[in-house]
Amino acid sequence: MTLVSPAAPAAAPTRPARRRPASRGREWLGLVFVAPFALVFLVFLVAPMAYAFYLSLFSSGLATGTRFTGFANYAKAFTDENFLSGVWFVVRFSLVLIPVQMLVSLAVALVIDGLTTRFARFSRLMIFLPYAIPAVIGALMWGFLYSPNFGPLDDIFGTFGADAPFLLSRDLVFYGLMNVVTWQWAGYYMIILYAALQGIDPSLYEAARIDGASSWQIVWRIKIPLVLPALFLILVFALIGTLQFFNEPQILRFLASGSIGGDFTPNIYAYTLAFSQGQFNYASAVSFALGAVIFVAVYLFLFLTRRRGSFLS
Amino acid sequence: MSTVTSTRPPAGPRSPAGGAPRKRPRQNNVLPHAFLAALLVYFLVPFWWVIVAASKDAAGLFGGSNPLWFATDVDYLGNLQQLFTFDGGIYARWLLNSALYALAGGVGATVLSVAAGYGFAKYRFPFRRAFFAILLGSVMVPLTALVIPTFLLMSELRLTNTMWAVILPSLLNPFGVYLMHVYARDAVPDELLDAARVDGAGELRTFVQVALPLMRPAVVTVLLLSFVGTWNNFFLPLVMLNDNRLFPVTVGLNLWQGLASANNGGGTSLWSLIIIGALVSIIPLVVAFVSLQKYWQGGLTIGSLK
Repeated sequence: MTLVSPAAPAAAPTRPARRRPASRGREWLGLVFVAPFALVFLVFLVAPMAYAFYLSLFSSGLATGTRFTGFANYAKAFTDENFLSGVWFVVRFSLVLIPVQMLVSLAVALVIDGLTTRFARFSRLMIFLPYAIPAVIGALMWGFLYSPNFGPLDDIFGTFGADAPFLLSRDLVFYGLMNVVTWQWAGYYMIILYAALQGIDPSLYEAARIDGASSWQIVWRIKIPLVLPALFLILVFALIGTLQFFNEPQILRFLASGSIGGDFTPNIYAYTLAFSQGQFNYASAVSFALGAVIFVAVYLFLFLTRRRGSFLS
Repeated sequence: MSTVTSTRPPAGPRSPAGGAPRKRPRQNNVLPHAFLAALLVYFLVPFWWVIVAASKDAAGLFGGSNPLWFATDVDYLGNLQQLFTFDGGIYARWLLNSALYALAGGVGATVLSVAAGYGFAKYRFPFRRAFFAILLGSVMVPLTALVIPTFLLMSELRLTNTMWAVILPSLLNPFGVYLMHVYARDAVPDELLDAARVDGAGELRTFVQVALPLMRPAVVTVLLLSFVGTWNNFFLPLVMLNDNRLFPVTVGLNLWQGLASANNGGGTSLWSLIIIGALVSIIPLVVAFVSLQKYWQGGLTIGSLK
């Protein structure tokens, strides 16, 4: 007998006993499958982290040269106003941005889940599309739209006899960036939530209707509770992404005429330290401190919400 | 026997609005549709703006013409010609670089993720749980925070300012491994693998011919996500590369933006090049996403259905 159709043998009568004795003795082969990734993991994740940690323990000065200073760089970072102001910005930004993003994406997902029209399908794709756009291009486009030179805001506000706000000014840049990021990511989150909604067994709605539940009750009592794991996943990713905010503010610096400085976010600060000031040791410490802040923040969040096991198992 | 089939509704529309001969739900759909239409305007405005603005020359951009409507003398061809001839045609090179980085990084990351995800899901090797716990922890390590340490390491190895400096770090995709693990665990039955083994297939053949076809939706999703991730990457190439002939399009446009801002109003038409350059660079991704819809939409459920 030749082995021609590997998809068929499910019905083979020679199936061995349940706990897969046939595979005993070759379990170590799993390591072969995992090894290539493990190698990349070691070289591009473990090694850079270890190296950065090593570098962060040294300080270099023009007169003194490079010498071992232990945790001095960390002590410096956590009392460095530039670093702390960046951390404070991304924390504040997360606290406002993430709820807004989740509300928008959940609302859209619920609306689209409730419709089966072609327009709903079209909207689903179009709202997702910004995710495919590089952050650089997205920020560029919005930067132009905000711009008093090219943008339409002047005209729009002008027709109401008002002055257009400049969303990259010192006071408004928070909202200007929030808009860019929401535009970019809400569609992606919406698709994940939509997929989760589509995975709910429709017979639940049927049963709820028979019990006299309204559409709102179905949303609140069935749909939202059942997509909580997906909402949770999104929240964690949004948190990780926002705390290491870099691309959008970095792009918009050119247009923001001074309201986005070299210490705007911790990542921009590390970049500035390394490449404008050549302080690689301190930049390593800042990168590492940022990683630590994010790790602590995420674990703290997982701990507080007591859902540690949910998507990580 | 045949009655079993009728307990589940057909796979298509499940709400009564979808073409069923009921009248009432149509009324209720007005509000949600208005909501969607309003959102659609918001989400499409930047695209509309870039399409419209790309029709203008520098004078048209600054000259106070309506920012949301086409130029009086639409000149896409002239702008395109300028875009592809400026600075010795460097823009075409950037596009090719982006494609190369995204393909090499995307395909490489996918191959590694698929193999590792399958290995974690279908074998019980020693220290598997420990490895997997480390992997899951690393999903939370911010990859951007790794960029500067990776740069320092690469510069020790004298690999910065080469294409490898962008491609190699892009191979790392812990989340891809996680997705493949979840999918392989649920979609590839152990019995099927054992049957193939009993029939005499080796481990590699079992993987390629039995498991891989079953994992295809997840493979396409991970491929698309890694491809887009590398294409859209900005921080990594920005840090790694000095030579502008190695830039991907994201870093290239950023370079132009810096130049244009530096001699603000200096008579260059760089702003209009940036805008048409942005438009040209997003077309491949938009086409990829629209044409591959049915693949990635199914695959994205993997992460959310837990």
